[in-house]
Amino acid sequence: MTALPDLTAGELRARYRRGETSPAEAVRAVFERIDAQERRLHAYLYVDREAALAEAARWDGVVRRDDAPPLAGIPVAVKDNICTQGWPTTCGSRILAGYRPPYDATVVTRLRRAGAIILGKANCDEFAMGSSTENSAYGPTRNPWDEARVPGGTSGGPTAAVAAGEATLALGSDTGGSIRQPAAFCGVVGMKPTYGRVSRYGLVAFASSLDQIGPIARSVRDAALLLQVIAGRDPADSTSADVEVPAYGDRLATSLRGVRLGIIREFFAEGLDAGVAAAVRDAIETCRSLGAACEEVSLPSASFALPAYYIVAPAEASSNLARYAGVHFGHRTSNAADLITLYSRTRREGFGAEVKRRIMIGTYALSSGYYEAFYLRALRVRTLIRREFETAFNRFDALVGPVTPTTAFRLGEKVDDPLQMYLSDVYTVPLNLAGLPGISVPCGLVGGLPVGLQVIGRAFDEQTILNVAHAFEQATPFHTRRPPAGAPASEGRGRAS
Amino acid sequence: MIDDRTVARVARLSRLELSPEELDRFRHQLGEILEYVQRLNALDLAGVPPTAHVLPMANVMRDDEVRPSLTQEAALANAPAVENGYFVVPPVIAEDSPE
Repeated sequence: MTALPDLTAGELRARYRRGETSPAEAVRAVFERIDAQERRLHAYLYVDREAALAEAARWDGVVRRDDAPPLAGIPVAVKDNICTQGWPTTCGSRILAGYRPPYDATVVTRLRRAGAIILGKANCDEFAMGSSTENSAYGPTRNPWDEARVPGGTSGGPTAAVAAGEATLALGSDTGGSIRQPAAFCGVVGMKPTYGRVSRYGLVAFASSLDQIGPIARSVRDAALLLQVIAGRDPADSTSADVEVPAYGDRLATSLRGVRLGIIREFFAEGLDAGVAAAVRDAIETCRSLGAACEEVSLPSASFALPAYYIVAPAEASSNLARYAGVHFGHRTSNAADLITLYSRTRREGFGAEVKRRIMIGTYALSSGYYEAFYLRALRVRTLIRREFETAFNRFDALVGPVTPTTAFRLGEKVDDPLQMYLSDVYTVPLNLAGLPGISVPCGLVGGLPVGLQVIGRAFDEQTILNVAHAFEQATPFHTRRPPAGAPASEGRGRAS
Repeated sequence: MIDDRTVARVARLSRLELSPEELDRFRHQLGEILEYVQRLNALDLAGVPPTAHVLPMANVMRDDEVRPSLTQEAALANAPAVENGYFVVPPVIAEDSPE
């Protein structure tokens, strides 16, 4: 029988309803898993066992009722760039050490209302900038499949937690691939919803026109369940869209008959690992056997998405991060006699290297004399990319391709080479620039490491990509594969086939 | 493609104090990144409007009504230095400065 920490939310709910277990039992079992593994994995920056157990006790009787709220008694991890009232929220940065927000993010309020048991705050790259979780000021998270490797980033903590049974579900954020890339690296389901689908109120801002909160889960049905809870208009976020939220879970399909899938040609070009390519091509064949009509489609400007992203995202970050100046919250240098030195030295002491780099790139791209050549040009490229997606969606219901060019890389492999690190996001950033939803679903193992299939949808059509991912998942065994317990660091294990 | 002076100028605009080692490393790394993003120069963008934001929305208005909000105490709770309900910072204008 599957252990409690490895059950999906759907399975856990069924057991609660039958009275076979209780939220307190499940939460205790998850904390035992956390105790056993955290020293190796470091998925969390903060946990509150007492609060979680008290909350579990509160939902104890309710979970047996038919009208129990959708996440009653389900253990959930929250990425540390999402505000939780009274709990530390550091964004993986020294500059926010000790910061305890005076309010909950809207998604956290919605989780609580839905009965979720929030276990704690999960690790991430500092201010969600990175691709490996190595940029956390509090130390990296490790990949549950192989401790020598990164879990991906920036939502490496919440994703590793879900993969390793340290949470049933998790919330991450995705600005350029930060949910989908770690989901692919850790063998779980991760979705970036349409820009505007989920309120960003209480999500610490990195790049406001690209950031989006989304679900991380061990099944597509669970991801749909969590999306349902967090989606919808929020008066506190004027960019959250007033678009109806369908009952995603009720409509999940197992057949793909009549679904037109576009295979993005440019995502299979140079740089894609042969093993990953083979796994993704096999996955597309499976979709075809499930009834989908699959045909190649070209997005000629796709290769320009990454350079455009690395202008737009740092530009927005340079402005958003101006607030960390040692005045309203967070770290303040103890050594400054005037205001400018207070700002500059506080930021020197509080920010890590990648955050400094991005602030400087953004400041450069927005500065007088460079604005038009860099920032404005990148915004025009963003239009090209949007238009190409729109054209593709005239012919197709969803687009498919790999999530990442390789499987999980080794810790330390790319930390000193920012550009190489950025290239890890090459297939994920185009969606953020276009505002479209995308999901990563496990589609194979290469050299013992997970590979993800990316399914991309029209704006606000999360249902179709959930359907494609669900049909694929139900037809394949990959989502049932869990990391080997206590996966030791590989020494000579061969990479990719 | 960028020199020490440019890095120092950008750092100043960014309100970031840099060590000499950081200055050196960032000159190299920023140069590489900026060279990479200039691939965009290969594209013909004549007549293509910019997209700053993907949602087709204009201003979002709400009624101008007083609503519950954070208390002063809660708003100041995370500040590194507070006095009489204010944030405290070092002098912006020195006390002994002339007129």
